[in-house]
Amino acid sequence: MQQKKLKRLDLIFKDENDVADILQKTYSRPIEKVINDLIASGLTGRGGAGFPTGLKWKLTAEAESDEKFVICNADEGEPGTFKDREILTRVPYKVLTGMAVCGKFIGAKQGFIYLRGEYKFLIPQLTVEIEKFHKILDEMGCSFRVEIFKGSGAYICGEESALFESMEGKRGEPRNKPPFPTTYGYKGKPTVINNVETLAHTYSIFKYGPDKFRDLGVQNSPGSKVFSVSGDTPIPGIYELEFGMSLHKFVDDFGDGDSKAVQVGGAAGFCVPRKKFDKITIGYKGKLSGNSLPTGGSMMIFNSSRSMYNVLHNYLDFFVEESCGQCTPCRVGTQQLLLGIEAVKKGEKPSSYLDKLLKLAETMRLTAKCGLGQSVANSFESIVENFREEMIY
Amino acid sequence: MEDVKQKVKELSLKYGRAEENLLPILQGIVETEGYISEEAMVEVARELDISAAHVYGTTTFYSFLDTRPKGKYVIRVCKTISCMMKGKNEIIRELENVLRIKLGETTHDGLFTLRETNCLGQCHKGPAILLNDVPYTDLTPTKIRKIVNDIRKKENVSN
Repeated sequence: MQQKKLKRLDLIFKDENDVADILQKTYSRPIEKVINDLIASGLTGRGGAGFPTGLKWKLTAEAESDEKFVICNADEGEPGTFKDREILTRVPYKVLTGMAVCGKFIGAKQGFIYLRGEYKFLIPQLTVEIEKFHKILDEMGCSFRVEIFKGSGAYICGEESALFESMEGKRGEPRNKPPFPTTYGYKGKPTVINNVETLAHTYSIFKYGPDKFRDLGVQNSPGSKVFSVSGDTPIPGIYELEFGMSLHKFVDDFGDGDSKAVQVGGAAGFCVPRKKFDKITIGYKGKLSGNSLPTGGSMMIFNSSRSMYNVLHNYLDFFVEESCGQCTPCRVGTQQLLLGIEAVKKGEKPSSYLDKLLKLAETMRLTAKCGLGQSVANSFESIVENFREEMIY
Repeated sequence: MEDVKQKVKELSLKYGRAEENLLPILQGIVETEGYISEEAMVEVARELDISAAHVYGTTTFYSFLDTRPKGKYVIRVCKTISCMMKGKNEIIRELENVLRIKLGETTHDGLFTLRETNCLGQCHKGPAILLNDVPYTDLTPTKIRKIVNDIRKKENVSN
């Protein structure tokens, strides 16, 4: 039987070119209605954490302060993710519109795009787009302004509080939470910080209404999602798909026929072996979606020629370098996990040592200060548990 | 030394002397001087009226804020998983042969520095490098050799 292909969507990259209309339309409506639409749409953060976007805006709007900020998180650094670059290249005006509407709603006059240093080459084009956008705002008598803040090569700065620290001229070390950015963000002021893709989605919601967005995806994860597909696939690239698809279908569409595992959510995500493909769906956890895995969009496919030891080794090498070094579980934990799997591979430690390492990973999940250290356990456990023999022999 | 002082002063005027402008100022120094020397750090601390330790801490946190001189052209080869699977090691081997240096080194003429870096966000087009700020993707040993030789021609250096 011919299997039906996953539906490819063209919502986020559709060239709309009606920025002024969308701004007029949303600005002229009572602001509560706009926010209610956003909440009703069920849009959640597309960076991977999945916090409800409407609620984030509402909480920041309710926070009392003389100054507030809107920040677009374009510090896209998760291995296997490249969707934000594509969005900022092809439809930057959607992101800017989302920022301007947010600014109006929460009472912020200034927005920033925190652009990772590796994407510096985008700045000339993006600057032209921002200037065009400012002109539109001027014509409407709106004084909201957007500036680019350039990062300098640190994965951890994608973590929102580390990003604020970085913008304040400090080392990009995550803060304790709470307080959350909605009350204490950049310069200690209430701040909305959204992923590039999240902001681009708000544009579609303002334009087409929340129902159209809700029609896509599944109950707990409505809408579409931009996926970055790489690894052993004949068709690597960017794809907009509905949330809630099964991993099995995904591999049918994108695999090379010999797929052994899929890494969902990058190095900080989960590795799913072939035998579990049909049990996993892509989206946020919920009653209807069963065994769901969240993702910021990174989907890396490995075929049977790949050594999962090498894959894990590469991830750990990445984490050792990118750990900010602030908290001990992450700083020491990442190093020990790397040394540990090397020792088992060389036969210097018995295979039972892997169980000790699994305990260490679990300790990191519980005790590390931020998402980086906590999520090392995701890939570590899912690879060691599913491909244990490859770690030893 | 005087040059650095002047440069730091200019950048502080351009961005403002508030602490939150530290990163743009440091990036500006790297852009014109190539790296941030200890003298430059002390000068920045003086201009912004913050401690030199703070400037040092921030500078050394970020991988793009160099604290040592580097070549005119910095080649950063992505070493993360997708690029590794697509053969980044062959690219590095070719570069080491063509440039006659090892990873992390700078050529004698000061033209090239060869480094590895973490994910460049070009995973669907690996292997990828950044040549200064510009990405080059879908590389092969032949392609990367041509890129190097083209720069050498432009800079009038014989092999």
